[in-house]
Amino acid sequence: MTTIAPAPVRTDLPNIDESNKEDRPWIVIVWNDPINLMSYVTFVFQKLFGFPKAKAEKLMLDVHLKGKAVVSSGPKEKAELDVFRLHEHGLWATMQHDT
Amino acid sequence: MAVFRRPVKRLRSGRYQLRLSPEERELLRGLPGQLKELLADTDEPALRRLFPPAYIDDKEGEAEYRRLVGDDLLQGRQAALDLMAETIDATELDEQQVTAWLSSLNDLRLVIGTQLDVREDEEPLDTPIHQVYYYLTMLEDAVINALSSQYD
Repeated sequence: MTTIAPAPVRTDLPNIDESNKEDRPWIVIVWNDPINLMSYVTFVFQKLFGFPKAKAEKLMLDVHLKGKAVVSSGPKEKAELDVFRLHEHGLWATMQHDT
Repeated sequence: MAVFRRPVKRLRSGRYQLRLSPEERELLRGLPGQLKELLADTDEPALRRLFPPAYIDDKEGEAEYRRLVGDDLLQGRQAALDLMAETIDATELDEQQVTAWLSSLNDLRLVIGTQLDVREDEEPLDTPIHQVYYYLTMLEDAVINALSSQYD
């Protein structure tokens, strides 16, 4: 199984202003919902991101217990593709600029 | 209703065994078609969990996202439902077919669960539609277990 290490969620870019807003990474968030099964969310994380089971389960539990989890980050195109793949699988995913 | 304890099993061949009673098949038979009919009405509120927004506070970004992928999301769901309907009597499924079953079962639960307004950790309710929902939950979990075995 391929393991994709997540990009760091926080970056050390100093002095971020509006002029380079588009350069800031995007993050993809999966939100808790009362219908998707815990086993299903874990399975989808393994399938889409190649996460090992332990990491997929930890992210799933973050979604379940904390209400959300950041599952990927990167340029806008990558984030949008990841959101699309999560939506294909019926998960409640959104994307936003990292803050 | 007779329910096999392990209705879905990954075989050594890489295919998936599907053991369902005639009653279960009858229950499942009409569901893909019904959801496809519902999908024809994009304003149907029960569909909102199938097409959630990608952007929370960006109407322009959301409209663009919808324009780019809206049709793909819809057609992917329709194709999966068609494949489930075509294989509703199958005793073995290949990887593509079992993946279509998983997609369809999850979409059916998302729509029925939205209609029933199910909550986390609520007590089971004894209406016929709740019973269908719980049955779909059991079957979907069995499909996930069978598919997950490839990651163990």
